[in-house]
Amino acid sequence: MSDFFSLLVEEFPQVRSGLWVTLEATVLGALLAGALAFALGLMAGSKLLLARGFSRVVVEFFRGTSLYIQLFWLYYAMPLLTGYELTPLICGVVAFGLNYGAYGAEVVRGAINSVPRGQYEAAIALNLSPARRLWKVILPQAWVQMIPSFTNLLIQLLKCTPLLWLISAADLMTVIQQLRDRTGETLTAYLTLLAAYFVLAYALTLLMNLLERGAKRRLGLDTGAKGLLKSRSTTATAVGGTR
Amino acid sequence: MNGFDWNAVGESLPLLLEGFRVTLLATVLGTLVAAVLGLAVAVAGRAPSKFVTVPVRAVTEFVRSTPLLVQLVGAAALFSSVEPLYIGIAVLGVHYAAYTSEVYRAGIDGVPKGQWEACRALSLSPRRTWQAVILPQAVRNVLPALGNYAISMFKETPFLAVITVQEMVFEARKYGADHFAYTEVFTLAGLIFLVASYPTSLLMRKLEKRLGH
Repeated sequence: MSDFFSLLVEEFPQVRSGLWVTLEATVLGALLAGALAFALGLMAGSKLLLARGFSRVVVEFFRGTSLYIQLFWLYYAMPLLTGYELTPLICGVVAFGLNYGAYGAEVVRGAINSVPRGQYEAAIALNLSPARRLWKVILPQAWVQMIPSFTNLLIQLLKCTPLLWLISAADLMTVIQQLRDRTGETLTAYLTLLAAYFVLAYALTLLMNLLERGAKRRLGLDTGAKGLLKSRSTTATAVGGTR
Repeated sequence: MNGFDWNAVGESLPLLLEGFRVTLLATVLGTLVAAVLGLAVAVAGRAPSKFVTVPVRAVTEFVRSTPLLVQLVGAAALFSSVEPLYIGIAVLGVHYAAYTSEVYRAGIDGVPKGQWEACRALSLSPRRTWQAVILPQAVRNVLPALGNYAISMFKETPFLAVITVQEMVFEARKYGADHFAYTEVFTLAGLIFLVASYPTSLLMRKLEKRLGH
């Protein structure tokens, strides 16, 4: 028991760098996924058939073909095919971003659709330009609906980062596994690892709850501080499903 | 080495399909475990005593917030004498039970309060209340959501390759490493997933619409 933890303290710089890789992959992957989600989600509501079709195909492709395979394709197959090699971390960021961007696009699409029709009509009646209509009227209302689903996706993304271990990026899992190999304390090592991910996931949830509260405030819906500590939103499955 | 080797495609396809059988088996059995265990967790979560509900909720929260891959690798390392496929099914089932329990919970909450009151008025036992009144109404509403989790479990079965279950991706990696033909096998494996999962999700969407969600 103590062996593992003393080694953990001893090798702290290594553990910290592993934690850093995990966080980097999560945050960068989430940013890419968010950008893609909005791009594809808005395209899905476009009047142009081409834009709609493109978004549909991309979303179905990346949702349909397992993240695991996308990651391995990028890592193993792409260098053979194109001669261009990505670093393991970038591979992870791209795969996570594409995969969760596709799931996120459905969330964006669903949330925009759920804004009441009357809001569109009112914005048109006020003669707002399409850009202002979207930015000032539709998105602020849709955004509140999106956050709980985005929180779920973010946690899912964090939970996929141990895949980096398989493509030899030195993430948190890699580092803890090395410590486990050196001490032979399997149970302690994996429980520590699980606890670390749990803490990370909860921290991300709290941040997203803060974001949700801010977004609700802007709409004049103040929910108070009680909801900030909740681990999961009850409305999480309302828009676009969880996965 | 550049380019796409069609021979490798033809040669690896039977192997991949062989592995695909294991993928399907793991998905079906894993879904069964998740559906049954999730229901048990959801019912236990409504127990009158806090000594039951609080630990149940804590464990569910922990399981669903931690990575499946770590759970799999950890379980395989701890129970190294057990057949990897069984470990995979058990871990997949437990992991997804944490999600399906939430689905059941919502389904049970959706049963009108009057139904509970009517059961009490008829002085039905708790067991009969659940069996004859609440669950039949709750389960019908949650079927589409359970189906969606089955699809996402299907897409996560490649994780089982890590603990040496010989499913499709395991075969793909092996063939890829032996023949240095990663492009072909991973493309093929991805397409098989797409072909299998897309019609299923279309079907689920139709079912969801029909049940009025």
